[in-house]
Amino acid sequence: MMIENVSRRGFLGSLVSAGALVLGVKILPQPALADASANGLRADAAVLHPSVYLGLDTDGTVYIVCHRSEMGAGIRTTLPMILADELEADWKRVRVEQAPGDEKYGSQSTDGSHSVRDFFDPMRQAGATARLMLIRAAAAKWGVAEGECMGRLHEVVHTPSGRVASYGELAAAAARLAVPKKEELKFKSPDQWRYIGKEVPGYDIPAMVTGKAQFGMDVRTEGMLYASVERPPVLGGRWKSVDDAAALAVPGVRRTAIIPPFKPPHAFQALGGVAVLADNTWAALQGRQKLKISWEDGPNGVYESQRYKGELQATARRPGKVVRNVGDVEKQFALGGRIIEAEYYVPHLAHAAMEPVVAMAHYQDGKVTAWASTQDPQASQETVAAALGIDKRNVTCHVTLLGGGFGRKSKPDYVAEAAILSKQAGRPVKVVWTREDDIRFDYLHAVAAMYMKARLDESGKPTAWLQRSVFPPIVSTFEQNAEYGGADEMGMGWTDVPFDLPNHRAENGAAPAHVRIGWMRSVSNIYHAFAVSSFADELAHQAGRDPLDYLLELIGGSRKIDLKAQGVDYSNYGGTPAEYPLDTARLKHVIQLAATSAGWGKRKPGNGWGMGIAAHRSFLTYVATVVEVEVDGNGKLRIPNVYYAVDAGLTVNPERVRSQFEGAAVFGTSVALLGEITAANGRIVQSNFHDYPVARIHQAPVRTSVQVVNNSEPPAGIGEPGVPPFPPALCNAIFAATGKRVRELPLSKHGFA
Amino acid sequence: MIQLKINGEEKSFSGDPEMPLLWYLRDELGLTGAKFGCGTGLCGACTVHQNGAAIRACITPMKRAAGKEITTIEGLGAQKLHPVQVAWIKHEVPQCGYCQPGQIMQAAALLRTNPKPTEEDIDQAMSGNICRCGTYQRIKAAIADAARGRAR
Repeated sequence: MMIENVSRRGFLGSLVSAGALVLGVKILPQPALADASANGLRADAAVLHPSVYLGLDTDGTVYIVCHRSEMGAGIRTTLPMILADELEADWKRVRVEQAPGDEKYGSQSTDGSHSVRDFFDPMRQAGATARLMLIRAAAAKWGVAEGECMGRLHEVVHTPSGRVASYGELAAAAARLAVPKKEELKFKSPDQWRYIGKEVPGYDIPAMVTGKAQFGMDVRTEGMLYASVERPPVLGGRWKSVDDAAALAVPGVRRTAIIPPFKPPHAFQALGGVAVLADNTWAALQGRQKLKISWEDGPNGVYESQRYKGELQATARRPGKVVRNVGDVEKQFALGGRIIEAEYYVPHLAHAAMEPVVAMAHYQDGKVTAWASTQDPQASQETVAAALGIDKRNVTCHVTLLGGGFGRKSKPDYVAEAAILSKQAGRPVKVVWTREDDIRFDYLHAVAAMYMKARLDESGKPTAWLQRSVFPPIVSTFEQNAEYGGADEMGMGWTDVPFDLPNHRAENGAAPAHVRIGWMRSVSNIYHAFAVSSFADELAHQAGRDPLDYLLELIGGSRKIDLKAQGVDYSNYGGTPAEYPLDTARLKHVIQLAATSAGWGKRKPGNGWGMGIAAHRSFLTYVATVVEVEVDGNGKLRIPNVYYAVDAGLTVNPERVRSQFEGAAVFGTSVALLGEITAANGRIVQSNFHDYPVARIHQAPVRTSVQVVNNSEPPAGIGEPGVPPFPPALCNAIFAATGKRVRELPLSKHGFA
Repeated sequence: MIQLKINGEEKSFSGDPEMPLLWYLRDELGLTGAKFGCGTGLCGACTVHQNGAAIRACITPMKRAAGKEITTIEGLGAQKLHPVQVAWIKHEVPQCGYCQPGQIMQAAALLRTNPKPTEEDIDQAMSGNICRCGTYQRIKAAIADAARGRAR
């Protein structure tokens, strides 16, 4: 490891701990280390540094700071593409550096699919600022008008004379100029874009395929200990007695340590438990197995999934809290006629990123330096600070590459564990979660029961539509005993159903949480889209209509739906209605695109072959999916084709948009076919990939094609919106192929494989 | 004392002979390319080569690696990128990248014994390697390319 060589040479002063440059070592060329800033960022120490997001050195190297976490969506390529484009930088001379947690970068909470949405403008501004300063430096040097000069591929060009000066040679002079105001900046027009909307190779891919890429699991430093923690098997449980004698006798085990239990609400606090600290991971795991602990479970020991499912379903059959109401559904239902009811169920799910959660921390003299596979380094700073009773300014959190995140790594309980243990051990401590820990101590995706009811008129159109969902809410993680979904959860595919219905009511029932509930890739949209898009398909078949035509009719005319005017507490993913209206024309457009590319309607379904369609707007992105399925006599599924059409507004990195949707189809396959987490006696039953299977290569869709509508609407989300429509589209396809309607996931529990 | 070769270098190990090879590679040698994903041979993130064949380092105790030649992702393309690595870059296979060293080692072992695998062969050989990001479609395309010699 290079870090050890570096520290042995005494390169690092006492102000910078050895590990502080773990990331720096990975990213920076060796000679740059000596004059890198305290955070190890060369951008901060570069000659020209007009924005926190970039630095330019006299050798022409552009350092672009990515302050959002890379977990596979390609953000360390996409954000730098925007900045480099506006700077007119040569991509080959760009070095991407990962920012530690720091408020100066703005939000670093990498979830909710909003990195490009929120930082497209700041990145452009940073690039345009530096470009203007370089132009001004050149104009002054040549004694020409600034307006006669332009930036062009790492040079400033004086257009009338053809004179050029490289960005590197202008850096020092540019650095002496005042940083221009935003009003002075001239942004490139879209036809001048060099990288935005074009194919740019992923920045980290070469390191990933050679094993050089450094993930949280890979962080090492001298003098570190490896820790494995035995946590209370039931949320809120406590140990009654601990016998660590046998654990301490394992060769390589250095000590044990207690992590105190959390104080409710649990939020991001460490769960508590008993840690074994050792010279390597293996010794820590062996020692942990030898701990003898007896636990007191507390009130959540009652949690039992089969019973809880019945309770959720019973609640869903009763009137709940109204979260959207149009007209009067009850009046319609009282008229009788064709009333259709259906109940849907989606179990708890675990994130199960390939890299179990992991963090290293080093506590020294009241300060903590952490290296974490985290989606939210600022939340990590706050959580560590609260756990140790220190100021968050005394917590540095470096962000490694994440071996997947899916929302789990937004919750930094494990970073707090590392810090608590380092303080006790007086050494850097890396807390390694096993796969079993990762699944059992997840912030689970909520289990949900949905009840749907509609009345159809003679033409088969719904005159009334009632929808109820019941699930233990994410709110319960932050407010003890919260039982109703928050506006954000209800706004994910429930209050925002885009159908043109004369009588429409959405409700939410109460459900107590007995485990930690968190957000997982596309969150409540998963179960809400499953119920809504399955029910729409059911009604189409009840009406004897083609599901595609019926869906388009349900959506109705092209319009922008104003939910606030209907009295809905709707957050629209934080987007303003002016910039991000709920536009049914865009939804219908992607439906038509997906149906066309799938050749919808060309082949008669049945005899084990079928197609299903679903459309869903989430994270401000419009998505339609057609799934093709083959089902043999044993219920064995094959998914030859998935067709996505996506309107996410302006698209910066089309290649990573396609890859995110290809991945969403596989994630959706796991949700639909395989995933189920259950509890018994308050304990999570599943533990590893044998009993919590996720889709493997032979189960995944064979081919997923992604049609991206690139337009000039403001950029919207990419990482999550591909997931919600997939499970209902698959189940709708299975119905078309077999006539069997599955209303409870996973499919593997209902005769399919 | 256990003697073995790692990426062509002679090594000796005197610790717990039951310790899985994975932790020796990662914690003792600092070869962190092979990843920890499940610890039970279920996910393939830890795949390395033992005398040229793919094995799961997380369930291979050191005593069983004695006398063997182990190649990790760090050793696979040390001189020149392996055709599988070249194909992986061309197809931009990785998303988060965590499982990819294991996928690549598995694919390289497949092509060593079966230079022209069918789609079914690929499914069969790669079904022990999980990718939660869902890069399977590109994994298949990259292996097919490497097999056709297009990625050299």
